[in-house]
Amino acid sequence: MTISLNNVGIRYMIGDFRNLGLKDFVIQQIRRQYTAKEFWAVDSVSFTLEKGDFLGIVGNNGAGKSTLLKVIAGIMQPSRGSIHVEGRIAALLELGAGFDGDLTVRENTFLRGALMGYSREFMHEMYGDIVAFAELEEFVDRPFRQLSSGMKSRLAFSIACLVRPEVLILDEVLSVGDGAFKTKSEARMKEIIANGATTIFVSHSMAQMRQLCNKVLWLHKGKQMEFGEAGEVLDKYEAMLNKK
Amino acid sequence: MTNNLISIVRSRWDKYNFLFEELVKRDFKKKYKRTYLGIIWSMLGPLMQLGVMVLVFTHFFGRDIPHFPLFVFSGITMFNFFRESTEQGMMSLTANSGVLTKVKVPKWLFLLSRNTSALLNFTLILVVFFVYAFFDGVPFHPRFLLLIYPVITLTLFNIGAGLVLSALFIFFKDVQYLYNIGMMLVMWLSAIFFDISTFSENTQRLFLLNPVFTHIQYFRLVVLQGVVPSWHIQLLCSLYAVAALGVGAFFYKRYNYKFIYYM
Repeated sequence: MTISLNNVGIRYMIGDFRNLGLKDFVIQQIRRQYTAKEFWAVDSVSFTLEKGDFLGIVGNNGAGKSTLLKVIAGIMQPSRGSIHVEGRIAALLELGAGFDGDLTVRENTFLRGALMGYSREFMHEMYGDIVAFAELEEFVDRPFRQLSSGMKSRLAFSIACLVRPEVLILDEVLSVGDGAFKTKSEARMKEIIANGATTIFVSHSMAQMRQLCNKVLWLHKGKQMEFGEAGEVLDKYEAMLNKK
Repeated sequence: MTNNLISIVRSRWDKYNFLFEELVKRDFKKKYKRTYLGIIWSMLGPLMQLGVMVLVFTHFFGRDIPHFPLFVFSGITMFNFFRESTEQGMMSLTANSGVLTKVKVPKWLFLLSRNTSALLNFTLILVVFFVYAFFDGVPFHPRFLLLIYPVITLTLFNIGAGLVLSALFIFFKDVQYLYNIGMMLVMWLSAIFFDISTFSENTQRLFLLNPVFTHIQYFRLVVLQGVVPSWHIQLLCSLYAVAALGVGAFFYKRYNYKFIYYM
C-alpha cells in the first residue's frame, strides 16, 4: 500500500467573508445574518493504490479532480477523512509555478529546484544536465520572461523530471514542447513510470488513459462514482458520456 | 524540552535553508532588477535621503536639537524598516499564491524571506548612518553594540506583525487600506521629526505605547544622547517582540491550512 484515502472530503465555504469584504462581514455578524454555504468540492472519496499502480482520474470539469490532487500532494489538508501517502512525492500540477520573469534562467533553475525540495549540492551537480536536457545552454543568462512559452515548459519539465520520485502526480502534463522535444519528454516520463513510481494522472484524453492506466477513479461533482480496473470504469464513463 | 526545540529548528533549517536562501536572493534582487545601477541603489537611495535631510534640517529647521539630521534620519530609517517589513510581510503570502497553491512548501518561509531582505536593506542604511555620524562628530563608544538588541527585537516584532497582517490580508483585502491609515498614525506617533521631551511626563510615557517609537527612542538614546536606556525601555522592546510574535504564531498556526481556500 503506497497511497490510501479514507472517506476524504474537502469543503469550501461559499458566500462567506471572502466574497463580502470587511464591512458587510461585520454588519452581518452584528445583525446575526451571517451565513456561509458549504460546498464539498470532494466528497467521501476512498481508494487504495499499491506500488507501481497507474491511476487515472476522470470526470467533467468541476468534478474535483485538481482539488483531489492537491490533497494527495499535501498542499491541502482534507476537511474530513484521512489520507496516507508513502514515499517521496513529485507533483507537477503546474509546470510554471514558482518561476519569476525578472530572474535569469540560471537563477530560476535554482529557485525552482529549491521549491521542489532538492538540495543545494544536488542542484549544483545537476544544473548542467538540466539545462542541457532543456536545450537552453545559450539562454542561461537571459531573463526568464524573454523565453518562448515552449522553452519555459521545457525548462520546467527538465527540473521536475530529474529525480526519481516514488509518487508522481500529473495534471494534464505528460509531455511538453515541439515535435522532437515532445518525443524526448514523453520517453523520459515513461522511464520514470517504468521505474516503479506510483503515478496519478488527470487527463481528458481517453486514448491516453486506456494506454497508460491500470486503475481509474471516476469523479462526478465531487462524489466518487466508480473506482476499479481501468477498462471497466472507462467503459462505464464513456457510456455515460455518450448518453448525453 | 529546549533540546527538543533546538533539534526541531535544526532539522527545519537543514531542510529549508537552500530554499530560504534562494527566496531571499530573489526578493532582494527583484527590487533592483531593471534599474541601471542595480544593487547600488540600496546604498545610494539612503545616501540621497540623508543628503536631503542635511540640506533641509541644518539650514531651515531644528537648529536647537544637536545632530538634527541624524535625529530625523534615525527615526525615518527605523520607521521605514518597520513599514517595509510589515508591508512586504502582509503581501508575502498573496503575492506567492501561484506557488503556494501548486507546490507543497511551508508558507512562513515566504514571509521570513521578505523580512530578511528588508533587514538586509536596513543594515545597509545603518552603515550609511554611522559613516555620516562619524563625520558629523558623534562620539563613538562601545555602548553602540547595545543596538544589536533593539534591531533583533524590532525584527521579531515585524515578523509577528507580518504574520497577523498576511493572514488578515488573505481573508480581507480591505486590510491594506486600514494598514495605510494605521501606518500614518504610527508614523506621527513615532516622533520622527520632533523631540518629545517638550511634552509632560505623562504624555512622554504614552509615546512608549508605540512599539516603533520605543525602538527609535532606544536608538536615539544610545547614539545621540550617549546613555544606556533605562530598564523599562529595555523590557518594553522584548515585551513588544514577544507579544507580536506570539499573536502572529497563534494566527498562523490556527489558520495556516485555511489560507489556501482563499487564494
